[in-house]
Amino acid sequence: MDTFIFIFLAVLTIGSGLGMVLNRNTVNSALFLVLNMVSIAGIYLLLQAQFLALIQILVYAGAIMVLFLFVIMLLNLDDERSLFSKVRAKYISAFFLGVVTLSLILYSLEGVADLLPEISPEMETAGTVEALGDVLYTDYLFAFEMTAILLTAAVVGALMIAQYKKSNNGASE
Amino acid sequence: MNYLLDLQSFLPGIIVAVAGLAAIMLEAFKKSANTSFSVTIGGIAVALLFAIQSLYGEAGTAFSGMIVYGGVGAFGSVVVLLGALFCVTISREYLRDLDLHNGEVYGMILFSTTGMLGLAVSNDLITLFISLETMSICLYVLAGLMKNEKIGAESALKYFLLGAFSTGFLLYGIALIYGATAATNLTEIAAAAQPTFLFLCGTGLLFVGLFFKVAAVPFHMWTPDVYQGTPTTITAFMATAAKSATFVAFVLVLTRMLPSSEIGDWQSVLQVVAILTMIVGNLIALAQDNVKRMLAYSSIAHAGYLMVGLAAGNEAGYAGVLYYLFAYTIMNAGAFGVIAYYERNHGLDFTEIDSYAGLGFKVPVMGVMLSVFLFSLAGIPPMVGFIGKYYVFAAAVQAGLIPLAIIGVLASAASVYYYLRVMVYLYFKEAHKEYSLKTPGFLFKWTLILLAVLTVYYGVEPVLPTSSLMELISSYYTV
Repeated sequence: MDTFIFIFLAVLTIGSGLGMVLNRNTVNSALFLVLNMVSIAGIYLLLQAQFLALIQILVYAGAIMVLFLFVIMLLNLDDERSLFSKVRAKYISAFFLGVVTLSLILYSLEGVADLLPEISPEMETAGTVEALGDVLYTDYLFAFEMTAILLTAAVVGALMIAQYKKSNNGASE
Repeated sequence: MNYLLDLQSFLPGIIVAVAGLAAIMLEAFKKSANTSFSVTIGGIAVALLFAIQSLYGEAGTAFSGMIVYGGVGAFGSVVVLLGALFCVTISREYLRDLDLHNGEVYGMILFSTTGMLGLAVSNDLITLFISLETMSICLYVLAGLMKNEKIGAESALKYFLLGAFSTGFLLYGIALIYGATAATNLTEIAAAAQPTFLFLCGTGLLFVGLFFKVAAVPFHMWTPDVYQGTPTTITAFMATAAKSATFVAFVLVLTRMLPSSEIGDWQSVLQVVAILTMIVGNLIALAQDNVKRMLAYSSIAHAGYLMVGLAAGNEAGYAGVLYYLFAYTIMNAGAFGVIAYYERNHGLDFTEIDSYAGLGFKVPVMGVMLSVFLFSLAGIPPMVGFIGKYYVFAAAVQAGLIPLAIIGVLASAASVYYYLRVMVYLYFKEAHKEYSLKTPGFLFKWTLILLAVLTVYYGVEPVLPTSSLMELISSYYTV
């Protein structure tokens, strides 16, 4: 059963990824990306990484994608009619049926039975918040602190680029 | 685990990061870019002193094996900080003329330097990735500083998109290596590695990511446009400090993660890339009429010479690479500095080679210095560039890679043409019209003079003999 769920999620991930890249409509692309992120979260769950799966949904599928959609809507890249008229029930159902069929075919092929590694008891505890926090502030402290600098730099840099008016500090001195 | 000792081992990086935060805060509250500038210079200088001090200390690992200190990492930190220091000191006048002289710019330079310092000491693929990203994201922003100019926007966008793409390769490589060996620590990977398909793919993708960052052919496409569209002193920062940091990380990966040839014949890969990079870089540079683009292709060619040292794969080769990075930082920062000086008198389009006609006699000291730096880049003795090339090619010969060394020497001989061409324009062409050049500022002028003196001095007397550099490297195999 695990193997089938894995194959289903893998096909869904790749399919939605392709759908996102190949789609001409930006809103549809963004929705495909949401689907992509949700299915990746499912794969994390299969690997017993509950915390990662939750964060994936909350941060990526939730916060970031909502932001994406807002930006797309605000920028008004397409007019409203073309934004929604292309999404038809038959395309959606065709996509999902295709995914299900393809994953069934792949599952029925030989040699996929032992595709997934055994979930060891270690892995079950490694995915929890406690375990993550434990290594994050000890073994991976350096990477953690460097990430802090990275994020600060990213925020300051984004503001520098987005700033409309040129700074006139140089002239005032 | 003693965190104080860990912190001490990364002291230069911490000082630079704190200085970066201070520069941004001072800009916000004091509205004085000059204060930020002083903090930047002071922070980098203090960090440089600590880095030089750690050069003579012992080597080891810190932060649970995430970083190394002493040895190669310390030398890399010194080179990175030297590059950052020189680029910042020549930046103030230039950025002021562009109306870009503000605290955030210096903050970004400092954050980027923090990333480079992390990159130069990384002993873990996670450290390598995070540091590389810290460095790159700041560089993307710095590349887009001239956002009101068309070429500025093009440069930033091109750098960002291609950079993000190459980061994908790098990260996927790291993931595959982790899948193959269940480790991210470089020495643990070396212990667990088998030449499986998964491992070879992972390492190949990791190499692609690094090749992109050092602008090796065929991953060099972004370089000329990005270098051209970036403010010239920042280009100097990208070409010297960023390249040095990535090459030091490359040396660390090769010596610590792939010490034996049993896990893939990476030296041959490096040879092919080195040959391609030297030939393509030099050939295209021959055809450039814009001095900044010419220097961009020349920086690609120099990445090729550095690859020769990596391909040699012996201690002499790695020591040669380190020395070359030092030499390249000095002479390239100087060359970009003089170009920035000419450019800021007349605006951005003043980098076409035609406009250099007769400039050599205008402000004689600048013309002479540009000649010194270009001679050194061409590898003509007695400049530091010659010594660097000699070490690298000698290591290749020592490793039995005679054809590689011959191609390198030939490519380097071809490069003399385009470096000397600039000098021909400087001294032997009549000016089309009269230009007036501003007198260079005190700090700007003396930084360049110091760089020129260093270029000649280290060419005559290599104070860092390769033997002591080789000791640094060999201390690394044992840690």
